[in-house]
Amino acid sequence: MTIAQIIFLIVAAGTLASAVIVVTTPNLVHAALWLVSTLFGVAVVFALLNAGFLAVVQVVVYIGAIAILFIFAVMLTRREQRDFGQQMNRFWWLGALVAVATFAGLAAMLQSWSGLSGAAAADLPIGFDSVGALGDALISPQAFVLPFEVASVLLLAALVGAVYVAFNRK
Amino acid sequence: MIPLSWYLMLAAGLFSIGLFGVLVRRNAIAILLGIELMLNAVNVNLAAFWRYGDVKNMAGQVFAIIVFAVAAAEVAVGLALVISVYRRRNTVAADELDMLKW
Amino acid sequence: MPAELIIWLIPIPPLLAFFIIVLFTNRNKALSHGIAITAALLSWLGAMRVFQLALSAEQLGLNPFASSYPWLPTGDTWLSIGVLVDPLSAVTLFFVAWTVLMIFIYSVGYHNFGKPAGEHDRPGLPPRGAAEHGHTGPSIEPLYSRFFAFIGLFAFGMYTLVVSDNLLTLFVGWEIMGLCSYLLIGFWYAKESARDAAIKAFMITRIGDVFMLLGIVYLYSATGTLSFREIFTEQILHTLATVPSGVLGLSAAGLIGLLLFIGTIGKSAQFPLHVWLPDAMEGPTPVSAMIHAATMVSAGVYMVIRMFPLISLDPHTLTIMATIGAFTALFAATIAVAQNDIKRVLAYSTISQLGYMMAALGLGAYVAAAFHLVTHAFFKALLFLGSGSVIHGVEHGALETNDHADPQDMFNMGGLRSRMPITFWTFLIGGLALSGFPVLTAGFWSKDEILAEAFGRGQLAVFITLTSAALLTAFYTMRQITLTFLGEPRSRAAEHASENGWTMTAPLVVLAVFAISAGWVGIPHDFLGLTLRRGWFHEFVGSTLAQPEEAVAFNVVPLLASVAASLLGLLLGWLAYRNVKTAAEDRFQIPLLKNKYYVDEAYDFLFVRPAVWFAEIFVSLWMDRGLIDGVLHGIARATAAIGSAVRRYFDLLIINRLIGDGTAFVTKSAGRGLRPIQSGRVQQYLILGLFVFFLIGGLLYYFLTMA
Repeated sequence: MTIAQIIFLIVAAGTLASAVIVVTTPNLVHAALWLVSTLFGVAVVFALLNAGFLAVVQVVVYIGAIAILFIFAVMLTRREQRDFGQQMNRFWWLGALVAVATFAGLAAMLQSWSGLSGAAAADLPIGFDSVGALGDALISPQAFVLPFEVASVLLLAALVGAVYVAFNRK
Repeated sequence: MIPLSWYLMLAAGLFSIGLFGVLVRRNAIAILLGIELMLNAVNVNLAAFWRYGDVKNMAGQVFAIIVFAVAAAEVAVGLALVISVYRRRNTVAADELDMLKW
Repeated sequence: MPAELIIWLIPIPPLLAFFIIVLFTNRNKALSHGIAITAALLSWLGAMRVFQLALSAEQLGLNPFASSYPWLPTGDTWLSIGVLVDPLSAVTLFFVAWTVLMIFIYSVGYHNFGKPAGEHDRPGLPPRGAAEHGHTGPSIEPLYSRFFAFIGLFAFGMYTLVVSDNLLTLFVGWEIMGLCSYLLIGFWYAKESARDAAIKAFMITRIGDVFMLLGIVYLYSATGTLSFREIFTEQILHTLATVPSGVLGLSAAGLIGLLLFIGTIGKSAQFPLHVWLPDAMEGPTPVSAMIHAATMVSAGVYMVIRMFPLISLDPHTLTIMATIGAFTALFAATIAVAQNDIKRVLAYSTISQLGYMMAALGLGAYVAAAFHLVTHAFFKALLFLGSGSVIHGVEHGALETNDHADPQDMFNMGGLRSRMPITFWTFLIGGLALSGFPVLTAGFWSKDEILAEAFGRGQLAVFITLTSAALLTAFYTMRQITLTFLGEPRSRAAEHASENGWTMTAPLVVLAVFAISAGWVGIPHDFLGLTLRRGWFHEFVGSTLAQPEEAVAFNVVPLLASVAASLLGLLLGWLAYRNVKTAAEDRFQIPLLKNKYYVDEAYDFLFVRPAVWFAEIFVSLWMDRGLIDGVLHGIARATAAIGSAVRRYFDLLIINRLIGDGTAFVTKSAGRGLRPIQSGRVQQYLILGLFVFFLIGGLLYYFLTMA
């Protein structure tokens, strides 16, 4: 067990536990806060993967924006949604079954995949700047500039759509 | 060194938990929370495959970035929908929104 | 602008005017006639410019203004449409443009523009007058704008026909005019007689048109082209002349010529399809002028002249044409003598004059025919507009005096000379031109040329027939002038008749100038032994064909016959009618002539009644109700019996109970059972979907790994 492995196990356990609380807690504000915890765990995992930029974006965008948005939404609709009472529908056992089956299926497939056992992460090349490389890739015509631009159009469309849908017509 | 399978197992676990949330939570906002968990699981996978494959090829990270963008868009529109529905029907429980049946 | 472009543009303004008036300006009468007259003026300008260019062009006959455009793909070739102006089209454009413009202007006055709307006027009826300043005056036509739209379309049809370079677009223009004549003859559609006349005109010209279409189709299948310039090549003409058609021993050219000529018989109202033209007088008078002079009947003659190189290939066709033409000329002239309606006399004179042209074409004298076509268009337009002016003036008098005499009956007129001086003098000029008054008038030169051709080519029978017709023409023309203008008024309406406004008299004056001067361009070069400059018209139009016809040498006999017939006819007409007071004193009111040789009655007996009998008695009563209905009823009864048996023993038992009710029961219970899963709840759908996915995926995985 290296230190990195120990850190990973702790972080992973925390992340999964937070995730379980997210989907089971009856209090939605708590759920959103536990989501922050989960997302933070994922950010640590990104850092462990040497994906520094993703880790930062995870903290800034997900925790800073999306999670806060959730909390706002919860508060806007909270008057009706009580914290007590049934939070899960009648088919929760079936849903649990499906979720377990999904996990089992994925695990089984991973077990039978030959590429899994031999894979070991190579060390990063000396002087490799993953943030710079990512920036190049995003705006290089040889790489991903088009998906990047399309993503920006998508964001704009989502912005307009969200304003339109949520606009309170009186 | 951390094996690749650990990351993938973490992602699978996150994904299944998120799926469970999506399937069983009555509150529409909680369903969206579940979706966020599933998207994060995907991102973990993408980052892990980038790190354990050819690090010069930035496709994994780029895809993760685009998933971020899509997630942001999805949350914005999804929450707008939830608020709009709440205004009209005064509820955000997914199993009460069954106008389209029969 | 190049000539070809102008030619393309000539037909467009009237068409645009038609659509603009119909679609937009229908309610505004002043704007509507403004648009229509502007359109006519634009076309007139174009036509004059083209005419001027045609005059200055070298060898226009060999190198006409032509341009064409591929229009419809027909298999591996293209059907081209195009325009063509050769000398013949140029002179036709000239007279069409003038007469059309004059008729447009005249219509403004004729339909009482500027007068109040009558309180009893109804759309579809002639206006009945309106009270104005305490007495009754004329009232404006209720469908004023519609009239201008229709004559605009009419003019479009004629221009299209004249500038076409192929039979197809010529036929299109031809049919547009057929439609317009129907619309305009039936313009006062609330009058039953007008409706009937419109239908009659349409049906009878249709007979000719069907034959003409057959001819066009045959021509196309034989040559693969409808373009004049491609057909009139030595090679194609030779082929057509030598290939037998298999019908009546005619060559292909002969049969095509005959079929096209039948189209002309219908359009130009030759015997035996002439019956529609007199009835067409039911339309407003400008329409009569339009049909008789500017457009419709001229189109028939124009088409024959245009197709003359083809038609003249077969001598049989020419003989038939000469015979029908000469016969019609005399036949119609005799009828005209006994008519009392001022417009009907002119209608029969038109038929007669068109007979002259046909006879000339039958003799091979196409230049003479074209010449008479031009002069006739001018003086007949003049006469019709003049008669319209007379009718209008008498109607005015009738409104003032509340006299309900028929304003078209010449025996209700008389003494109009002093009351309507401009109309009188111009009508006199037109009448003299029609009767061929020597030297001065256009009609003399053109008619004399036809007589000279007939005599010079040795066709004595035709010559004598046409000369007699000329005599009768002069006679009935003088009868008309005497009864209408001379003597004393025979009715109070005529006493109070008054001259019309400038929009009606100005066109009369313009046309009167042409009725005199149009003949001077065609004076034969060896007239009376003088050596004059060769007749310009002959030279110009004669160059249309590659081989100009040889001019017939001057002969004094036809000249004398022509002069004598004209003067004698005029004199007799005056002598016979100067003292006639009532219709009863008219010695020429022979029942046979009065009733137009009973041709209408004969058609009624031969075609209409048998058709009605066939339809009502034979087809409807016997065949339909007796035979077919009987069979049908039998079949129906048998079917009903079989049907009820099948219903009782098969349908009710097996289909209904077992299949029908059974299926319904199964579907219903299945639906009821499956209904709970269609809850409308997204999460349930998702769970079910994934559940099934795992089920199928697991099974597939299991079996695939086992196998």
